[in-house]
Amino acid sequence: MDVPFWNKEIETADRSRLEAIQLERLRETVGWALKTPFYQKQLRQAKISSADDIRSLADLRKIPFTTKDDLRLNFPRGLLAVDMKDVVRIHSSSGTTGIPTVIYYSKEDIDNWTDMLARCLFSTGVTSRDVFQNMMTYGMFTGGLGMHYGAERVGMAVIPMGGGNTKRQIKTMKDFGTTAIHVTPSYLLHIHTKLEEAEVKREDLVLKKAFTGAEPHSEDIRKKIERIWNIDAYNSYGLSELNGPGVAFECVYKNDMHLWEDGYIVEIIDPDTGEPVRDGDSGEVVLTNLIRRATPMLRYRTRDLAYLHTDPCPCGRTHRRLSRIMGRTDDMLIINGINLFPSQIEEVVMRIPEVATNYIIQVEKRGDLDHLTVKVEIYPKLFLGDPSQLEALKGRITEELRSAIILHPTVELHEPNSLPVSEGKAKRVIDLRPKE
Amino acid sequence: MAKQLTIFVENRPGRLSSIAKSLRENNIDIRAFTIQDRGDYGLVKFIVSNPSQAYLALANLGCACALKDIIAISIPDKVGNFELLTSALAQNNINVKDAYGFVLQTNLKGVCCLEIEEAQSAAAQKVIQAAGFTILKDDELYNL
Repeated sequence: MDVPFWNKEIETADRSRLEAIQLERLRETVGWALKTPFYQKQLRQAKISSADDIRSLADLRKIPFTTKDDLRLNFPRGLLAVDMKDVVRIHSSSGTTGIPTVIYYSKEDIDNWTDMLARCLFSTGVTSRDVFQNMMTYGMFTGGLGMHYGAERVGMAVIPMGGGNTKRQIKTMKDFGTTAIHVTPSYLLHIHTKLEEAEVKREDLVLKKAFTGAEPHSEDIRKKIERIWNIDAYNSYGLSELNGPGVAFECVYKNDMHLWEDGYIVEIIDPDTGEPVRDGDSGEVVLTNLIRRATPMLRYRTRDLAYLHTDPCPCGRTHRRLSRIMGRTDDMLIINGINLFPSQIEEVVMRIPEVATNYIIQVEKRGDLDHLTVKVEIYPKLFLGDPSQLEALKGRITEELRSAIILHPTVELHEPNSLPVSEGKAKRVIDLRPKE
Repeated sequence: MAKQLTIFVENRPGRLSSIAKSLRENNIDIRAFTIQDRGDYGLVKFIVSNPSQAYLALANLGCACALKDIIAISIPDKVGNFELLTSALAQNNINVKDAYGFVLQTNLKGVCCLEIEEAQSAAAQKVIQAAGFTILKDDELYNL
């Protein structure tokens, strides 16, 4: 098989070379981190007061973990390590509550991230001859602009479609001869069911490759995508705390994702003890970003469960491969590629006096897409007996949820005390999607 | 003003019977009822012998219920009378939000219950009486 390399020297560097790069960049990153109020405190705890205190990669484990809550509590500038005049981009992701998490990028940070993405894309065999349609949401979400820049760097013709508007997506694929797309797996399945409606046949399209990300999916879903579309589908992993997409990506062999170890240090830990698991065992993915100055990130707990392959990939790359994400250690839901914490819904429900405090979040498949229903209880004392009051209430809750979580849920009103009383978060969530 | 009891109920089996049971246990007599279907839920409206007592009984059960003012009109059961009533309201630009009616004695006596916006309620009562209809007193309605 033809194995294309964007940067063969680095992609095939032996372990000792990779570790030397990691140590050098870790020291540099610790130096940047010490400029932020948050990491000054964290690193002081670990008795690290300068980059010189990092003498080997083993010293990484002295540094405390960073969590999403840390980012939230230090919003908006507690992790900013450069002057705002040196920031060229701000991305944000949903927090577990109304406070989002924010990531700043310097010009060099964007350049580094873009290069990682170019490396990812190029490793699947795309070239400047390809036409790339980006179906991920643009805006504050990193999946849109991040991948856009990477695809441009490869030299592909980039169509910045963004998410949704299925018929127009299909028509655009036909009009411009799209050969590669970036998309969530569920949306890619959904588009296939709309071809007929859009009066476009598969033969009218020249689509060859799809990069699927933003939601965990099984090997079976990949096979289904590849079968019904007759394309190659490559899994992708990333999160804004670690730049965005491009942390790990599948090469032409499609046997799980090379995690770029010159840019990120990966640890797999036991989520309960925080201790590393044995080589090849599954656990929580913890990542350190080695290539971002404006918002350094040390030992970030992703809450994603996965494992690292111990066997080499036939492509010759030395960077270890991350398995598919097998689950989460927290209660985060991923709905059509959008991350959702039940606490975000709770926050909205609590704000509305006409509904009681019990609620249920139900997720199911409608066709190939996820659908979210939020069930709330009427608060008896504020019930006036008017259907118009109830419809207005439904509308208001829907609108408040939509602006808080981006998704458009169905809101159902229920009788007082009819929903299960809260006993821990898990009971509030009913996920009816088939387990793969 | 006469009170109608409105109850929020989920659209699923067993909800009506639990309300009916509570009314029976409290010895409440039902004069009339109607149900408005709103998809996943419904609104049940009752005229009962003792609305306040019924309200408390259901509220104790945890139901979302409300007492609403209505105008209950005694209306002779005769062709054209409903038109007479509604055209009188229409001529005075009075809007009816919700309404239902029932016959008490065939060819003799019927009742029409109207829900009118509060701001128009006093005017509506005058128009109804001017059109020759009698508005039922609260007790007359509850003890039909």
